[in-house]
This record gives sequence, C-alpha cells and structure tokens, in this order.
Amino acid sequence: MARQASRTSLTGTRIRERRVLAGMRQAELARRVGVSASYLNLIEHNRRRVGSELLTALAGALGVDEAALAEGAESALLDTLRTAAARGAGEGADAPFGLRDGDGPELDRIEDFIGRYPGWAALLAAQHGRIATLERTVERLSDRMAHDPHLSAAVHEVLSAAASVRSVAMILHETDDITPDWRERFHSNLNTDSLRLAEGAQALVRFLEAATDAEAALASPQEELEAWLDARGHHLPALEGSRAPALAPMTEGQAELASAAARQMALAHLERARADALALPLPRMQEALALHGCDPPKLLAELGCDPARLFRRLAALPTGMSGLPPVGLAICDGSGTLVFRRALAGFPFPRFGAGCPLWPLYQVLAQPLTPVGRVLALAGRPDQRFATFAVARPRQPAGFDAPAVWEATMLIVPQPEAAAPAGRSDGTPMQVGTACRICPRADCPARREPSILAQEF
Amino acid sequence: MTKSVLVIEDEPHIVEAISFILSRDGWSVRSHGQGQDAVAVVRDNPADVLILDVMLPGRSGYEILQELRADPATRDLPILLLTARGQAKDQDIAARLGATQVMTKPFSNNELLASVRAMAGA
Repeated sequence: MARQASRTSLTGTRIRERRVLAGMRQAELARRVGVSASYLNLIEHNRRRVGSELLTALAGALGVDEAALAEGAESALLDTLRTAAARGAGEGADAPFGLRDGDGPELDRIEDFIGRYPGWAALLAAQHGRIATLERTVERLSDRMAHDPHLSAAVHEVLSAAASVRSVAMILHETDDITPDWRERFHSNLNTDSLRLAEGAQALVRFLEAATDAEAALASPQEELEAWLDARGHHLPALEGSRAPALAPMTEGQAELASAAARQMALAHLERARADALALPLPRMQEALALHGCDPPKLLAELGCDPARLFRRLAALPTGMSGLPPVGLAICDGSGTLVFRRALAGFPFPRFGAGCPLWPLYQVLAQPLTPVGRVLALAGRPDQRFATFAVARPRQPAGFDAPAVWEATMLIVPQPEAAAPAGRSDGTPMQVGTACRICPRADCPARREPSILAQEF
Repeated sequence: MTKSVLVIEDEPHIVEAISFILSRDGWSVRSHGQGQDAVAVVRDNPADVLILDVMLPGRSGYEILQELRADPATRDLPILLLTARGQAKDQDIAARLGATQVMTKPFSNNELLASVRAMAGA
C-alpha cells in the first residue's frame, strides 16, 4: 500500500527529538540514511517533506516504529489541545502561576510541544477530557436534582417524615403533663415516621448511587456506543452470514455500554448493521473491493445499492480487508447534529457540537438524494488529503401530516487510496476545518464563531 | 374570643402535632388535607391565621397562595407557608406570592407557635 509522505512540523521535530534522545549527531544520522547533513537539517526544521522511503530509513536508523514519526495519529491530539486552550481562554480564568493577564498557551507552538513532549501533551489532553467528563457529570446530576420528579418526591418524603419526627419528639420531651392517650398516640406516630425516614433516606442514597454510577461512565450514550464499536474495530462478525443473530443479548454485559440508553442505541445500530450486512454480504463486498478498490462511485455501479448503505457497510467491514483502507464515517441528522462518528486518523471529529459547515456531510442536506464527492484538506495541514463521499436521504418518508426525517452520511477515505472524486477537475482539495473555534482559516465564509488561532495571529 | 388557625397540610402526623401545640396554647384548630378545594375551604372557614403547606395533593400551595392574595376577602389573611425547600430562591418566590412568613421543614414547634402568635397579633 502506497504510504503518504510525512507532513509538516510534527515529523521533522519528532525526528530531531528522537535523534537527540538516541545521542546521535545529525551528520551520523544523515550518513546512515544516505542524505546530506544539510538536507537532514532542513527536514528536522520542517522545511522539507520526508518521502516514504526516507521515513522508513530514518525510523530504522533511530530504532523507532515509523508510526512514532508519523503525523496522522497526532491530529486528534492537536485538536484536543487547541480545544483545551480555547476552553481556558473562553472561561476568562485568572492568569495562573505567575503568568501575566492576557498570556495564555503558545498556540503557534502546539506542534512543537507535541513533538518535543509527547508524554506531557498526551497527559494534558487526557486531563482536558477528564475535566470535560466531570463537568458534564456535575451538570447532569444538578439538572437531575432540580428536575427529576422521582428525586423530588423522595426528598419530600424524607423531609415530611423528618418534620413529623422532630415535632413529635419535641412535644414528648417538653410536655410534662401530656396525657397517656396523647403520649401513646405520639409514640405510635414517632415509630411510623421514623421508619418512613429510615426507608426514605435509604431510597435516596440508592437513587444517588445509581445516578452517580451511571453518570460516572462515559459522558453520553452515543460516546458509549462509539467506544463499544471502536473496541471491536466497528466490525461485528455475528451480523454476517445468513443466520439471524439474537441482537439484544449482544448489548448485554458489555463494559462500554454502561447505560440503558447506550444499549438501546446499540440495539438500533445492530438492527441497521444487520440489514446492511444482508443487503451487501461479506463475500460480495470482498469481490467488489478486489475489483475496484475503495472507490465508492465504482462500487455503487457494481453493487447497485443505496449510497448511504454502502458507506455504512464499508465502515463496518473487517479491518485490513484487501482493498479496504482505514475509513471514517460521520452521520448527522437534519439539525446537523452528529449522531454517529467513526474516527479516522488525521480527520478528527469535534467531541461537542457540529463540525465544519463546509463538510459535504452538511452540504448534502441542502441537496438531498444527490451524492457529493469532494477532496478535502484540513486547514493547517494542507498536505494531508481525504476523499469524502456524502449523501442525504430520508430516514423516514414524509407523510401528508408528518415531516420527513433527514439523515446525511459521509464516508472519509485517506488519499491516494481512493480515486479523486469527480467535481473538482483541477484536483485542488477544498480547505475545511474540524470546528470553527479551533480552525485557523480567518477568511472562511462559513465561520460561525471566532477562532482562538485567528485571535492569536 | 378564641383565635383560630386553619391548617392546610396533607401529612396527618404533622397536622396532629401542630394541632396539639396550638390547642394547648388556646387556639382553635381546623385542618384540611387536599389542595384542589383548599381555596374554597379557606373562604368557608374564616380563620385568624392560615398555615399552608406547599406540597399538597391536587394543587400546590403556591397556586393557592396566589389565588388567595388575588381575592380581596383573603388578601390580608396572615399566611404561614410551610415548605421543604429552604433555598433563597424559594423564599423569594414565597415572598413575591405574598406569604406573610415562610417556614422550612423540619421546623421548631416553639418557632411555629411564636410565628402564629405574631401573625395574629396575639
């Protein structure tokens, strides 16, 4: 499989760092890989790209895995750190640790930071993710405290019982001349209400424990589902073949599917994936891919199926299948909300909110049933290209009295594995971002909010 | 002349305790445990002080309070609102709706008695 040449500063910086860690002089490394020291110097300072063969030689000379020098895996890390910086800037936090007001993360040095200190960068990204998860948990619990009717009823029960117990206890304690009848009546009330109080308190604790356990898991049912699928490479062998599997048991006892909502979403996903597998059986997909490679227009002509079904099916095939590169998949509903994400290295999705409005995923919502193919390049990473194929279609046909429910699906394939989609005869990729807040394109007509990167520049 | 208190509260044991305390202090106490007809009961059973719970079956104490304050006949009736929610915003709501005083559960018997006395001008 043809490998993409390395990209911008991450690779050059990383090569330099690995060389220094290995205690190797620049001239020595250059000699080992068969280039001049001056050329290697240009590479290390990110002024020259590294061809795939040279990258292999450098990795070998440095004694590291080529993936350690590659850039794709860092795209998600890069975006996470930009998001963390945006979050900090947006909250208007006081300048910590001796920084002056207005100082903040050095955004133009993010790539250098990742290259030089991968461990610290990963830790920072992980901490940011953890903070975001905890904030969502607190938000959900607070909302539940305020609005959950069962919780309100439980609290009321406890407080009512407590009010009765307190009032009666004071009467018994302070009334010296209380008659035996009243004393007996109040003792009975005390007994009953103290039992109510104990049971109510226990119910409240159980409720809160259950809420905490559920919310302490992954942030949303959608993320739980995506994590479950990620752990299985998005391929579920049980769905293949002619024998209909029992789907509900497949969602039970799964560590990633902690919430009932996630299991419900997983079941819906399985039902659709099973239908896709029946319509496009594995042997047929293998034949088509062997014939055409991962070329969706040719595959559609070969298979004669719905484009959205083909995209979903390609994203659910076994990893490493002949003719199939790693692919990404995004599905959004008519509001633009991302309802499904299969990430692809180098093409990260935003964790919250919508993606770049220029994605074909959103463009096709304005021209339903008409597939669109575009070659995209992510802003700030012009040498990394992706072939995308998108289509919008109704999930549910509109009735006379009911609106249509639209859904858009976008398949993402790294180039040059996929044939360049038709539509841009000059071969120029369209510049897009991940999300406006962290996109450096200052002149984008689709921008919906300022970018922290533009502010820095 | 014996002063009277009307207690609108659905918890019978709380009603019993309040009745005991107030009766021993010389008050005539009547009670009603439903919210949906509470306004009519208040109008039909004039009292010197109304003790009104917020969480009632059928209708909330806030709505009852609001309707009573809108009626000239009950606009000035001293009303002690009992609530399980003691946050500042709940106190503000009660005050805006016209509660004479708000008391959170669980309450002190002595404080309740003192409040009733003060509201009745006793």
